[in-house]
Amino acid sequence: MAEPGTRANPLRVAIIGAGPSAFYAADHLLKQEDLNVEIDMFDRLPTPYGLVRAGVAPDHQKIKTVTRAFARTATDPRFRFFGYVEFGRDISLDDIRRYYHQVLFATGAQSDKHMGIPGEGLRGSHPATEFVAWYNGHPDYRDCSFDLSCEQAVIVGVGNVAIDVARILSLTPAELARTDMADHAIAALSASKVRDVYLLGRRGPAQAAFTNPELKELGELAEADVIIRPDEAALDPLSQADLARDGDRALARKVEMIQSYAARPPAGLPRRLHLRFLVSPTELHGDANGHVSSVSLVRNRLTATATGSLVAEPTGETEEIAAGLVLRSVGYRGLPLPGIPFHDRWGVILNAHGRVLDPGTNAPIPGEYVTGWIKRGPTGVIGTNKPDSVETATAMLEDAREGTTFAPGDASCEAIAAFVRGRQPQCVTFDDWRRLDELEVAAGGRAGRPRVKFTSIEDMLRALGR
Amino acid sequence: MKMSVVLAGKGPAVFTIGPDQGVREAIQTLAANNIGALIVLDDRRFPTGILSERDIIRECARRDDTLHRSVGEIMTPEVTCGSPEDDVDAVLKTMTTGHFRHLPIVEDGQLVGMVTVGDLVKARMDQLEGAVETLQTQIMDS
Ligand SMILES: Cc1cc2nc3c(=O)[nH]c(=O)nc-3n(C[C@H](O)[C@H](O)[C@H](O)COP(=O)(O)OP(=O)(O)OC[C@H]3O[C@@H](n4cnc5c(N)ncnc54)[C@H](O)[C@@H]3O)c2cc1C
Ligand SMILES: NC(=O)c1ccc[n+]([C@@H]2O[C@H](COP(=O)([O-])OP(=O)(O)OC[C@H]3O[C@@H](n4cnc5c(N)ncnc54)[C@H](OP(=O)(O)O)[C@@H]3O)[C@@H](O)[C@H]2O)c1
Repeated sequence: MAEPGTRANPLRVAIIGAGPSAFYAADHLLKQEDLNVEIDMFDRLPTPYGLVRAGVAPDHQKIKTVTRAFARTATDPRFRFFGYVEFGRDISLDDIRRYYHQVLFATGAQSDKHMGIPGEGLRGSHPATEFVAWYNGHPDYRDCSFDLSCEQAVIVGVGNVAIDVARILSLTPAELARTDMADHAIAALSASKVRDVYLLGRRGPAQAAFTNPELKELGELAEADVIIRPDEAALDPLSQADLARDGDRALARKVEMIQSYAARPPAGLPRRLHLRFLVSPTELHGDANGHVSSVSLVRNRLTATATGSLVAEPTGETEEIAAGLVLRSVGYRGLPLPGIPFHDRWGVILNAHGRVLDPGTNAPIPGEYVTGWIKRGPTGVIGTNKPDSVETATAMLEDAREGTTFAPGDASCEAIAAFVRGRQPQCVTFDDWRRLDELEVAAGGRAGRPRVKFTSIEDMLRALGR
Repeated sequence: MKMSVVLAGKGPAVFTIGPDQGVREAIQTLAANNIGALIVLDDRRFPTGILSERDIIRECARRDDTLHRSVGEIMTPEVTCGSPEDDVDAVLKTMTTGHFRHLPIVEDGQLVGMVTVGDLVKARMDQLEGAVETLQTQIMDS
């Protein structure tokens, strides 16, 4: 049979996951003029957009407007969404090979990294991933609970997720009430007794992973002072030399901002956000009930590796912080998918530039591709997924033109849809999602909020009249 | 951004050779795979050197029998190795100031990949493009 990509014989692509990376790839594939592509996009949730819905902070509405561009892609008649269909549960690689020429995995990072220290499993110690998913109303996490009755909380890590979490813990009930945060989280956080939040960076100010706008926003919180110890804000000689040599303006600005926070006398606001540097947690201690009660820290100093990276080395000097809530925000982690080669150490699907590799030979497996966080690891803002997805989509198109694809049988769109509905009778279309979206936004309008989210799949299906 | 990001998207393939193998063999591997350098591994499979196009050209210019010599005789012996945990920015700086283009990546004493200056520059460009893209969508749609 002739290579797929014509009107009569379109290149049929299944995309697993409906986050930003999935939509950027779909957009690129559908834009081709000389190759006709049809896309079916699957997500395990009835709602699309991945972490834009379930990760991005509820007080950061503006960034969520990227979904308008994604929704435009979804209007292409060659695009279909099958929500509430999970790869590995409802459909398998064998199913895909039967119906599609190519599959693109865009499943993100569904789990979290551990710190690997004693006491991590105590009650009251959670991954930030869970806390984020809970406040954003992800259906799998709506029943989590977090003890907000303590006065001191510790967040490990100083990436943008740690900053999000610290900020959310510091918002006032009035500020919370204006967001699209899940109702259960607004209620819990409005009653929170947490007054002091400690953010722990294991390296210095010049190595902090957060970005400048997020740091600036911390300094503008209505009811929380940012507190930084001047000795920790000062740069060590190695960082200072690096900064002087590079002339990296954004980094210089970050360090300046940290030092100006350190120099600022606290305004006496009811909450405090302590941004610490050069400290690592070494152990979480529990009370008699097995609930976390404090965290031991060791002070670090920086040393340079062979390549000039500065790494934290413990000095032996220790301290202890009382805390009834510990959130580790040391990174997300990808999960393997059944039948797909995985690189366990890196937490990604084994690939080269988006082509999935056979672990035995390191040669590409025809038909299988990967993009986004499950391709390169859990880093980068929404837009970073665009060049990443364009790279993968380009490889897919190249291979399709050369005819190295799966060899599916003949199947009409309708036959495929019937097959999917057979596996998941409750699957959700993009029009169904639009309906849910309208309902959420309308409910938000009545409450003076951007939207009121459905947080359970039953509620979503009921709203669709199922 | 950590080196692991670059490695994850590039894959673990890395071309290696032993110090006792011949330069002719090395050239064939370089040509067949369209690459610029080979990592030389000792018998514990730890990088003991690197053999780049430049090493070969330099030696060819010096003596006529280069093709018949062993890799170990003409490689650059002191090879700097990186780790997946290294910061891309720092590594890029070290590679530019040190004038080397290939960096073997070692984790727990094992060679796990190799990156080039080009890989790092591309990763930084993608990061920048991503930040700009994110800003643009926000501006366009607000
Ligand atoms: C807490 C947090 C806040 C962030 N805030 C910002 C921000 O303010 N601005 C910004 O630019 N970037 C932000 N980011 C980064 C941004 O969200 C990511 O870069 C982006 O979402 C990654 O896209 P992705 O498509 O790879 O993965 P995801 O967005 O995670 O999408 C993966 C999708 O795959 C689905 N899926 C998973 N497994 C399966 C399966 N087996 N079958 C079917 N579907 C499956 C999931 O349900 C999900 O919808 C934030 C990230 C986090 C974690
Ligand atoms: N507003 C936004 O634009 C926004 C919001 C949220 C997320 N995001 C993006 O999403 C991505 C993921 O964010 P993230 O915060 O999860 O990851 P991240 O930026 O990689 O930050 C992880 C943090 O955890 C620290 N860490 C890792 N292991 C540790 C350990 N064992 N002990 C102590 N600290 C440890 C890291 O320190 P080291 O540097 O020392 O390793 C770093 O400070 C990022 O690219 C981020 O920019 C963006």
